[in-house]
Amino acid sequence: MASPTSTLSRRQLLKIASALGLSTAALGLRPAWANPSGINNVYPHGAVQGRDISLAVRRESLPIAGRKARPITLNGTSPGPLIRLREGDDASLKVVNLLDEDTSIHWHGLILPPEMDGVPGISFAGIAPGQNFTARFPVNQNGTYWYHSHSGLQEQLGHAGPMIIDAAQPEPFSYDREHVLLLTDWTFEEPETVFRNLKVAEGYYNYQERTIADFFDDVAKNGLGDTLAQRSMWEQMRMSSRDIADVTGSTYTYLLNGHASRDNWTGLFKPGEKLRLRVINGSAMSYFDVRIPGLKMTVVAADGQPVQPVPVDEFRIAVAETYDVLVEPDVNRAYTIFAEAMDRSGYARGTLAPRLGMVAPIPERRRIADRGMEAMAGHGGMDHSAMTDMDDSDMSGMDHSNMQGMDHSNMQGMDHSNMQGMDHSNMQGMDHSNMQGMDHSSMQGIDHSNMQGMDHSSMQGMDHSNMQGMDHSNMQSATPAGGLLSAGTAQPGSRYDQPGIGIDPQERHVLTYSDLKAYSPWPDQRSPGRELELQLTGNMERYMWSFDGEKFSEVDGPILFEHGERLRLIFFNTTMMEHPIHLHGMWMELENGAGELIPRKHTLNVKPGERVSALVSADAPGSWAFHCHLLYHMDAGMFRVVKVA
Amino acid sequence: MRFIARELAGASALAIMLTVPAHADDYDAPPGWGAPMTEHYFGTFLIDRLEYDWTDENEEAVVWDFQGWYGGDIQRVYIKGEGANVQGDGEDAEFESLDLLYSHLIADFWELQGGVGYQGGIASNDHPERGFAVLSLFGQMPYRFEVDTGLRVSDEGDVSADFEAEYDLRLTQRTYLQPRTEITAAAQEVPEFGVGKGLNSVRVGMRLRYEISRKFAPYIGGYWQKQYGDTADITRELGNEPEGTGVVAGVRMWF
Repeated sequence: MASPTSTLSRRQLLKIASALGLSTAALGLRPAWANPSGINNVYPHGAVQGRDISLAVRRESLPIAGRKARPITLNGTSPGPLIRLREGDDASLKVVNLLDEDTSIHWHGLILPPEMDGVPGISFAGIAPGQNFTARFPVNQNGTYWYHSHSGLQEQLGHAGPMIIDAAQPEPFSYDREHVLLLTDWTFEEPETVFRNLKVAEGYYNYQERTIADFFDDVAKNGLGDTLAQRSMWEQMRMSSRDIADVTGSTYTYLLNGHASRDNWTGLFKPGEKLRLRVINGSAMSYFDVRIPGLKMTVVAADGQPVQPVPVDEFRIAVAETYDVLVEPDVNRAYTIFAEAMDRSGYARGTLAPRLGMVAPIPERRRIADRGMEAMAGHGGMDHSAMTDMDDSDMSGMDHSNMQGMDHSNMQGMDHSNMQGMDHSNMQGMDHSNMQGMDHSSMQGIDHSNMQGMDHSSMQGMDHSNMQGMDHSNMQSATPAGGLLSAGTAQPGSRYDQPGIGIDPQERHVLTYSDLKAYSPWPDQRSPGRELELQLTGNMERYMWSFDGEKFSEVDGPILFEHGERLRLIFFNTTMMEHPIHLHGMWMELENGAGELIPRKHTLNVKPGERVSALVSADAPGSWAFHCHLLYHMDAGMFRVVKVA
Repeated sequence: MRFIARELAGASALAIMLTVPAHADDYDAPPGWGAPMTEHYFGTFLIDRLEYDWTDENEEAVVWDFQGWYGGDIQRVYIKGEGANVQGDGEDAEFESLDLLYSHLIADFWELQGGVGYQGGIASNDHPERGFAVLSLFGQMPYRFEVDTGLRVSDEGDVSADFEAEYDLRLTQRTYLQPRTEITAAAQEVPEFGVGKGLNSVRVGMRLRYEISRKFAPYIGGYWQKQYGDTADITRELGNEPEGTGVVAGVRMWF
């Protein structure tokens, strides 16, 4: 619970912050851009608050990272000003379009009437040049959110900004001072050019591909056989294991609160203060790994919703997610805020310091990681069904640990005799149904521990004689008699306990989805009445992205939710890329095994090959956008309309 | 030339057919709101090879190989052309092939293409001309071999086939070694075009390319080529060698 003193001091700080923000914006003499970093206590681009807020959208010339740029601005800054609302108030947000094309603003993460959601073609017609639109809605939530254009590729031009809703009741944690950390990815190319380059030559921005030198390094490390096997698998699939980000630091300048690394945006603190950092990933395409060397961060909210505190050293923030973390710098020194792009091609950086001008060392960037087997779980290349008459005898010493979501159905006549010393631990969600006539004789010393959710039904005529020393402990059948998994259970094939590609959990403690537990139970604790599985699909070579293999322009109707129903959405990522999936208008409760403390989010990261599920209470009648929040994936067609009726 | 004009007219007609707007799905949006996401159409023009060729017979030529396309994810219109201008022979440049094709994505990595083709001089009557119906399979084989195969039936009913494959071996982030092969065969002898029956020719080359930018990459390389059977005989009758090598320098670029 917040102590009265800290609430008071926070309010005072807010007053100072807004006074500064408003005065600079109102006078127009000193644009927020020219402010010395960190003078403003909350956010460098000024704040707008109150009952009637107005945002003017323009395209204008402004320097970014010291170079001439033409971003879209909101009230003169890009990213836009901080919008500060209060829970329980009625919001009135007027958007004035001074562009020469249509625009819109979506209030990301807010639960509001569908006609106020700001998606052209679904919520409203969009805002024509010279026109304006006022979004009016009651504010019934609090926390850290953001807003952005939902028209074309405008978001890539900086048409985005932070949004904070102050709680009506004391929050479950207290702090002395707060800073917004809005991460974005800026390119000096036109967004349409970026999109075209991706469509014409998918690897256009990737300058970290494997070369012949990597091949020889791997041969030296893992031997020729292993390396050839690995590489030929990827080459056979015509894919790149280094395809971590579609658009990279080769064109992006990563920004923290609109400032490039060399601008060193600085947030101030007094040693001993407890700081709340409201971290928002407002990027078009970039995932970041955020850390502040020397400081433990305590995650207290995810996507604006309070969670049980989790102390971490680093967290990965998917596009469109927000995390609130508390830090307590008690020494009179500077700390670097380091947000490294997931593909390691660049970083955004700022500083927390007791006074301006102080700097701390910038950590070294990690090397790009190669994707491994786990990424292929959903891929056609890893479907072992319909394999017949294979002789796998004399396999020994193989490590099959951490294989997930593989389909071994319909294997016939396989000889697995003479396998020795194999490790099958940590296999999840495998389907071994319909295997016939298999000879598993003479397997020795095999460890099958920790296999979950496996379906071994309909295996016929198998010879398991002479298996010795096998450990089948900890195998769990996740399939109850009823058919649906019980509410909150992690799906077979989920990897909530893994932070993702390019992170070594041994190195430091990194937040995972398993760590997220709601601060207190959310009201709807019903079990799902049905489940709806959607495949996340794509064709990397052509840069085609879709749900269930159909682009938005190809589907013939919306996804229907029945008003009032409780349902389970399952996302099965069959692609090699991470996808941040965003549902408008309703929360998605992430089934990460947290029981009644199931956490709720507006954007869920689904890793390659992963199956992620969420419970939804379909309590918001109307039509809502539902899409991958990677801007170019969405625009390529990874988008659907959900209709609740 | 009239032939080319006809092809271009066909291309614009196809392009118009392709740009029919995509319809939004049905979710009660009033008319006039437009679709939240629309279908996108793109186009590009790639000059895969624009090179100067020095043969071991002291012949010099400017050689080109380009492909351009316009369309969506599934359907596209392609224009592909290969040709050469032999230097100092007093003749104008010649298209070995100039194809206008409708292309349909039939599998993740494969396009089936069909249309019309032309072989002959560019602006003069220095070279014999003929037209084709062309069927082509264009795409990427496992292990990332870029493949373009074509089956052609000429306006005289002569049938021929060609196969091209190339592979990019990445030496550094900007340097590539590209082995390349081209094989042609024909079902009938067409002496006017130097074509014999059966396997016509095999060409194997290697190019070392440096990407100054993704869109502009100069290269150097070499090749070996050999003609077989009747084709080789025809070439010999014309006083040329049916087997030879060459050195090339050129540029790959796209727009």
